[in-house]
Amino acid sequence: MSRPARFWLFGAGALALAAMLVLAIVDLPGFGHYPGPYGDLIEQGGESATHATDLVTAVNFDYRAYDTLGEEFILFAAVLGIAIVLRDRRGERKRAPGAPGTEGGLVRPSAALGMVGLAMVGPLVVLGIEIAVHGHLTPGGGFQGGLPLGSAVFLAFLGGEYAAMKKVAPHAAVELGEAAGAAGYALVGLGGLLFATAFFQNFIDRGEPGRLLSAGTIPLSNIAVALEVAGAFLLLWIEFSDQALLVVPDDSGDEEG
Amino acid sequence: MLPYLVAVWILCWGLYGIVSSRHLFHLVLCLGVAQAATYVLLIGVGYKSGAAAPIYADISSSTPVVDPVVQALALVDIVVEATVAALLLALAMQTQKRFGTVDPDELHSLRG
Repeated sequence: MSRPARFWLFGAGALALAAMLVLAIVDLPGFGHYPGPYGDLIEQGGESATHATDLVTAVNFDYRAYDTLGEEFILFAAVLGIAIVLRDRRGERKRAPGAPGTEGGLVRPSAALGMVGLAMVGPLVVLGIEIAVHGHLTPGGGFQGGLPLGSAVFLAFLGGEYAAMKKVAPHAAVELGEAAGAAGYALVGLGGLLFATAFFQNFIDRGEPGRLLSAGTIPLSNIAVALEVAGAFLLLWIEFSDQALLVVPDDSGDEEG
Repeated sequence: MLPYLVAVWILCWGLYGIVSSRHLFHLVLCLGVAQAATYVLLIGVGYKSGAAAPIYADISSSTPVVDPVVQALALVDIVVEATVAALLLALAMQTQKRFGTVDPDELHSLRG
């Protein structure tokens, strides 16, 4: 299809879609008039039931803990998929980490960039742990805390040398950490089955709301998820860096595959 | 009403970007723009006039708060968006290696 024809077709389709969406929106309760009932129920009973002061985390890791398990496995499966898509292709040449040619560009940043990157590592680790372990109290949680943790390790790589990075955090260790996080969260769910009545039932003493050690299994879930997220994103970045730094570019465009 | 219209607006512009894209990387970013409409819609649906954020760490437990369920869903949404984008970027990378181009118009047919 020619480009102008495609635009006309899209324009007609987009106008129809927008019109239907606007029609649907007109019948929604007005902005600011939340109709309930689920949010209202959790607002009334959420804190006293879970002893978590952050109701968003209470929803994610208690009311909808089962769905969060699915969400976690989406991340797990996606990283696995990326590793498969970016696998070594037939006839593709890869440099060894540290070999000549991996020293240019991205690999050896300017001294200033390297310093800033390395200086950020400590604060990012602290920030990540802080966000993850306070997830049941204040905004945050495993997903939000895992990203700074993964970024901290990756910044250390970017600020240093790519070859050194592979030694500090070998692929296998990162994979192990990710898998341990994913399995840890599933185990928290199984604990509910073993020590209470149902999968993901909160089976640990809920303590006093607002304390660091409260809300039962929610902080444990957050720590497991943080580990999984940090590992998953680190793996993802390593896969992409390998492509950029280690795979020998082939300008001709390999038609054979 | 306005936030819902903003969501429709963002969605349509994201779709326009996807259709008009001349680079697969740009296309993935436009998909992200289109998906951002769902964040606006979710957070907009859960809003109550005059209510606080659903965090009881420093407010009394009788304060009205907005719906935490849609906020939790927005978090799920963000995670899914990140994984979809990463997977698509990996595919774009392989496309570049295999066909030597990332312009969708030049990728006439998919070859196995």
